[in-house]
Amino acid sequence: MKLQRRALVKGLLTAAAVLAVPRWLFAARPDKAFEEKSADAVVSDLFNAPVTESDQVTLKIPDIAENGAVVPVTVSTDLANVESISVIVDNNPTPLAAMFALTPQSLPEISIRIKMGESSMVRAVVKAGDQLYSASKEVKVTIGGCGG
Amino acid sequence: MGSPIKIKVKLKGDVAEVKALMPHPMESGVRVNAETGEAVPKHYIQEVVCKHNGNVVTTAFWGTAVSKDPYMAFKFKGAKAGDKLEISWRDNTGDTSVSEVDIS
Amino acid sequence: MKKLLIACFLFVAMANAYATPEEDRLALREFFAQRFPDLDLNEMINGLYAFDEGAREQWLEMEEFPPYEIAIEAGEETFKEPFANGKSYADCFENGGIGIRQNYPRFDTDSGEVVTLEEAINRCRTDNGEEPLPWLTGELANISAYMAYTSRGNKMNVVVPDDPRALAAYEAGKEYYYTRRGQLEFACENYHMQSAGNLLRADRMSGMLGQATHWPVYRSKWGEIGTLHKRFQECNAQVRAKPYEAQSPVYRNLEYFLSYMSNGMELNGPASRR
Repeated sequence: MKLQRRALVKGLLTAAAVLAVPRWLFAARPDKAFEEKSADAVVSDLFNAPVTESDQVTLKIPDIAENGAVVPVTVSTDLANVESISVIVDNNPTPLAAMFALTPQSLPEISIRIKMGESSMVRAVVKAGDQLYSASKEVKVTIGGCGG
Repeated sequence: MGSPIKIKVKLKGDVAEVKALMPHPMESGVRVNAETGEAVPKHYIQEVVCKHNGNVVTTAFWGTAVSKDPYMAFKFKGAKAGDKLEISWRDNTGDTSVSEVDIS
Repeated sequence: MKKLLIACFLFVAMANAYATPEEDRLALREFFAQRFPDLDLNEMINGLYAFDEGAREQWLEMEEFPPYEIAIEAGEETFKEPFANGKSYADCFENGGIGIRQNYPRFDTDSGEVVTLEEAINRCRTDNGEEPLPWLTGELANISAYMAYTSRGNKMNVVVPDDPRALAAYEAGKEYYYTRRGQLEFACENYHMQSAGNLLRADRMSGMLGQATHWPVYRSKWGEIGTLHKRFQECNAQVRAKPYEAQSPVYRNLEYFLSYMSNGMELNGPASRR
C-alpha cells in the first residue's frame, strides 16, 4: 500500500515537472506527418486545429521556379510567440517539406531551398501561441524547355 | 561522419543572422538509377539542431523535399561576440555531422 | 528599319571569315548594344539573369550561400596536395596557378593546338605521373572551380597570336558557332544571338557575350559543379546533335572563340545556374 502511494506521488510530481517545462524543449520529429500524402492530413497530424490565412505571415517564393529541384523559400512573420513554422507543398508526393521548431530566442524567420515535383500551391503555416496562421502561393514549375 | 557544415554568421546588435550550407546528397528515394533501373535509396537529413552557447535555439525537421546540399537560414537574439554557435544534423541512415563556430 | 540594317551588317561582319578576332569581338558588342540599349553589357557575364527579373531573384538567393562553395573548398584542398613525386599543381602554372584563368584557353605554339584550363590541369597530372581526371564533373571541376575563384574580377584575356594555326583554330570555333546542326537544325547563334533575352518555351536565353566568363558552373539541374564542355555536350544533345568528346579539338576551338568574344569582361566563376 505504502509503496503504491509513493509511486503514485512520484508519478504525479514527475508529470507536474514535465508539464511545467516549455513544450519546445520536447521538439521531436513528427515522423507520421512527413509520411502523409495530402496537405490536409499533414495539418491534421501536426496541429489538429483550424488554420487561418493571414497577411501577417509572409511567404517569399518565386512565381515561376527556375528549377523544381531548388526552389528558395523564406517565411517570416510579425506575429508573437511563434512556436513553429512549417512548409507544405500540396502536390508533392509527401507534402510536408520542413518544420522548424522555434524557441523564445528565435526570430520568426527561416529560409530553405526545397524540391517541387510539379506546379503546386505552397503553404507556410505558423503556430503562434495556440493559433495557426498561414500564407500560400501558387508556384509554377516548368519542365524547362531548351535550357533543359 | 557526414561532411562538415559550412556556417556564416552576421551579428547585428544582439541578433545573430545565421546561414548554413550542408553538403549532402538528399536522395528522396524517388530518383531511379539510369543504369540499374533501381530507385536510389532514401538518404536525407531528417533533423538539424542549432545551439547557442549550448542552448537549443532552433530545431529543423526535414522531409525528402529539401534540396540537395541543403541551405538553411535563421536568426536568433541574445547573441554577442565570442558566443558559440553549434549546428548538427542527423540523417535517416543515422549518420551525423556537427560544426561549431565562434560568433563574431 | 535602320536598326535592322545595322543588325544585318553586323551579322554579315560576324559571319565574314576575313574579319579579325578583334573586329569580331567589337562587332558582337555593338550587336548587343543595339539589341539592348539600356543594358550595361558587362551584366551579361551573368547570363540569362541579365534579362529575367524573376530568375535573377532566385539566382541572388542562391548567391546567399552558393553550393559551388563546396567545390571551391574541395578544389583548393586538392590543388594544395602534392603529387606522389613531391611536385604540385602550382609548379605547372604561372603565378602558382593563382589568378590565371583569364589567360585560358591559350594557343600552344609547340603543339599547334588550343589548350584549355581543364586540359592544362590534366596535363599537369600526367606530366607528374598521376592519372588524368574525368573531364565533366568531380575533382577536375573542383580544381577548375578553385582556380576560377582565385581569378574572379580579372578581365578575360584570351590571345590569338599572329600564327596562322591559331587563327585557324579561332575561325574553326567561330564557324562551329554559326553552323546549324542536329535534328532541330539550330546553331548556337540562333539561341544566343538572335534569341538572346527571349523566352524559348519556359527558358530565358542568355547572350553570347560574357558566356565564357563564369565557368565552371554548379547547375541545379546537375546538383553538382560541371565544366563548360559538359554544357557543350548538353547543348548538342538538346538540338538532337551528337555530342563531341569533352576536350575534343572541336570543343576546344569553340571555347577558344567563345572566350575571345568575352575578352575584357570580368571573370565571375564559379557560378550558379538553374
